Parts: sequence; structure tokens; C-alpha cells
Amino acid sequence: MNTLMLFYEMSISPFAEFAFMRRALVGAMALSLGAGPIGVFLMLRRMSLVGDAMAHAILPGAALGYLIAGLSLGFMTAGGLVAGFVVALLAGLVTRLTVLKEDAALASFYLISLAGGVVLVSLRGSNVDLLHVLFGSVLALDDPTLLLLASSATVSLVTLAILFRPLVLECVDPLFLRTVSQSSGVTHLGFLALVVLNLVAGFHALGTLLSVGLMMLPAFAARFWTSTLEGMLAMATLIGFISSYLGIIASYHAGTPTGPTIILCAGVIYLISILIGGRNGLLLRFIPRKHLAA
Amino acid sequence: MRPIRSASIHLHDLTLGYDRHPAVHHLNGTFAAGSLTAVVGPNGAGKSTLLKSIIGTLEPLGGSLSLSLPSARVAYLPQSADLERDFPISVEDLVAMGLWRTIGIFGSTTRAVRAKVTDALGKVGLAGFETRLVGTLSGGQMQRVLYARLMVQDADVILIDEPFAAIDTKTVLDLMNLVKHWHQEGRTIIAVLHDMALASDFFPDCLMLAREPVAWGVAADVLTESNLAKARSMIEAYDPSADFCERAA
Repeated sequence: MNTLMLFYEMSISPFAEFAFMRRALVGAMALSLGAGPIGVFLMLRRMSLVGDAMAHAILPGAALGYLIAGLSLGFMTAGGLVAGFVVALLAGLVTRLTVLKEDAALASFYLISLAGGVVLVSLRGSNVDLLHVLFGSVLALDDPTLLLLASSATVSLVTLAILFRPLVLECVDPLFLRTVSQSSGVTHLGFLALVVLNLVAGFHALGTLLSVGLMMLPAFAARFWTSTLEGMLAMATLIGFISSYLGIIASYHAGTPTGPTIILCAGVIYLISILIGGRNGLLLRFIPRKHLAA
Repeated sequence: MRPIRSASIHLHDLTLGYDRHPAVHHLNGTFAAGSLTAVVGPNGAGKSTLLKSIIGTLEPLGGSLSLSLPSARVAYLPQSADLERDFPISVEDLVAMGLWRTIGIFGSTTRAVRAKVTDALGKVGLAGFETRLVGTLSGGQMQRVLYARLMVQDADVILIDEPFAAIDTKTVLDLMNLVKHWHQEGRTIIAVLHDMALASDFFPDCLMLAREPVAWGVAADVLTESNLAKARSMIEAYDPSADFCERAA
């Protein structure tokens, strides 16, 4: 009985007691719902670093929103979205029209965007509020922010459902998709738009840079547990959920900043998955198993 | 069953290339409706380039090319399909992609669709491979899966580029019989080949390219020693200081 009480005290009562804890959990889980599957597709398309590039790209937009209207959810969100979309579009154009490959095109525009962002930030002088942009404030999610996170998750899942078939085809055999359909460009840009949307939604909770963590780490970890696409999508979301919960509760007890703790938990799950994952985990190599007959 | 529409492809003084250097130079002629043509020639002769322009991914530098049907009815199997083999997709799903034109983004994979896929896999000798992930296939098996996809595409014009590289003899014969069957159904087929014996054994028509057209017509007339010697004498390197081409059509 005592251990049960202790378990309750440790793992459930903080959420029963504090509304901000519940909000943080709901917000982080909403984020996992959209970002997890997107991370899986980024990983499978060998675009794992694109999330990172986009996170840098949206910084100046958010900073501009902040310069205009202060710590305003609407302005910073709109600014981040616009900056992200512009970078994605320009990179897409340069990829299709010039000799530069996608990685080079994306890197060039995010660097320009980042430099612009730093200049904009310095115009306002150093400001503690701006730390919010960089590291988020998952323990201070108000109603509009929660709504934004939930909307972003909804839009992401619905769009992914619509784009699913061309997106898979674009991943597996892009040339084939281009010969049978006009949807290749739309699919690619639509997908990048989802990446931007999730990162912008994520920066309110986790900050621009760390929001990539909840997108990519669960996807990488999922790779070690299943070999089917559907399995990876579900697994990445589940790992996102678990990381969110563990991170929030751990930061509550240890007094660490919540956003980074969530990502650290995702990182720990990732490392454990590498070791003991049921598919391709390293430990499997050391277990002698008989080979099959056919 | 959709009737096959015989389609011809006309090339009028077609020049194709990269960075303004011609890879196919002033090519005139017609791939007749329902013809089965082998395109042969040395490396760098412009064979793959020609297919790319027919499928529409390469704009001509000069001249023109006309298809007597919408490009949607053309299927293309590239030389080295740029496939992400690590992607977790089953053989069945990959082959079903060939049905894009009929089921599109939202169409459901009905029992009839699955049956078509299973049938195609059987015809390329891969019955029972439906649920295998493509990452577990050998090179030759992968090539056969791509043939199955080509089959379900059910296109009127079929372009195949070096379709038998790294494939064992028995499989080549199986796949070649498939190509012959498509030909009998009235489809227009163009295959880039490096195996001259295969070209003369199976293909009624032949186009020999060496950047410039060497010969085009009945395979037996094209695949002669003198033509081959002519093709081999092609200078492979581009001339970086070449003048503008002033040849009239």
C-alpha cells in the first residue's frame, strides 16, 4: 500500500494538484502527435537535419513578430510561419531551377535567415523575454497557446493522411512519382510546410531549437522497434508521449528546466532503443540465435 | 480491359544535350505505332538521353518531338531506378504504385487491384513475395519487381533503359518474353540495350546512335559490321571549345 501511495505521490499527484502541469502535459503530447510522424518521414527521406535547418530559419520571423508586438502569440507565430515558408519555397525553387541540390539550397537560405534573425534580436538589445523564443516555456502554456498546439497537431495529421500516398512515393521513388503525376512538387512543399508549422507551434513550448528534438529523437528510436512504416509512425508518437510525461515529471522533482528535460528523456529512450531495440538493436547481435531453414 | 491505343513518336531534327553540348544530334525519324525498337550504341551515345526527352524530363536543345497520345500513357523504367531501398515498403505496395493513374491519391486498393498486383508478380516469377520489404530483395529480384510495376501501369508506350543489367540469363529470357507479349498486344516499346545479340534476336527494329544517328530501321539492316565500326569511332569527349552548330534541318 505504501509503495502504491509513493507511486501516486511521485507520478500522478503533481498533475492532479497543479493545472500548469496538466497543461504542460497536454501541450507536449499534442506536439508529439503531429511532430512524431513528421519526424519519421524526415528520417526516411534522409532529411533528418532539415528540421534543424528550418528551426533556425523561423527564428527571424519570430523575432520580427516580437519586435513589432512584444511577446504576442499571434505575431510571433505568424512571423515564424512566414519566415519558414519563405525559406522552404526559395530553397525549393533554387533546387528545381539551378544546379544546387536541396541540402545546399536549404542551408544557404536558413543561414541568411538566421543572420537576419540575430541582427533583429540585437536591435532590441538583450531581453530576458527573448529567452522564451529560444527555450520555450512549457510550464506557462495559456489557453491560446494550447489551442495553437492542438490545431497544429490536427492540421498535421489530416494533411499527412491526405498526402500519405504521394509522400511515400516521393520518398521511395521520386522520379517515378514525377512521371505519373503532377503532385510531386505540391507534396514536397506541403510536407515542408508541415515541418515549419510544427516547429513554430513547438517553439512556444520547447523553444525554436529544442522543438526539433521532439520531432526527430522519437522517430530515430522508433526505427529500433519496428520495421513497418505504420509501426514507426505509431511508435514515434508513443515515444513522444512517454518522453513528454517523463520529462515533465522529472523536471518537477529535480527542478530542472522542463523543455530540455523532455528532450533529454527522448534522448535516453533513443539510447536505450539503440541498445535493446527489438529490431536492429545492438544487443541482438550478442544473443546467439540459430538461423532459419529457409 | 482498356484497349491499347497504338501510339507513334515522331522526332523532327531533334537535338538533346546538356549544357548546350549535344548528346543526341539532329535525329529525324519515327518510332511507329506498335513497334518494338532496340536503341544501341556506345557509352555516351545519347541513348538514355533520348528516353528522358520522350518521357518529358529533358527539354530539347533544338528540333521537336511529338507523341500521338498524352504523356500520361507513357511508362518509363530508368537505367538505375533511383529507389530508396531502405524505405519500409512491401513489394505489393511498390508494385501497386504502378496503378497510380487508376487509383490516384485516394482510390482504395480493392480486391481487383490486389489481384492485378498478385498476377503481375506471378508473371515475373515472384509469386509469394507480396509482403516482403523491398530492402530484402536481391538486385535481380528488385529489377523484376520494377517490371511487375511496369506491367500494372498498363501503358501504351513503354520505355526501358538497360533493363537487363546484372540479371541472370533465365530471368532475361523471362523478362524478354514479357516484352514480346507487350509488343503483341500492340504497345509501342523502346528499349536501350548494350547487348547486340539480344537486340538482333528479339527486336524487329533498331536505332543505332553514336550521338549522331548511325542507322535506323529493320534490326538486321542496322546491326551490320560497318555500322558498328562507325558507331565505335564516335569521339566520346565533348569539345569544350566547340563552335555553334550551324547545320540546317
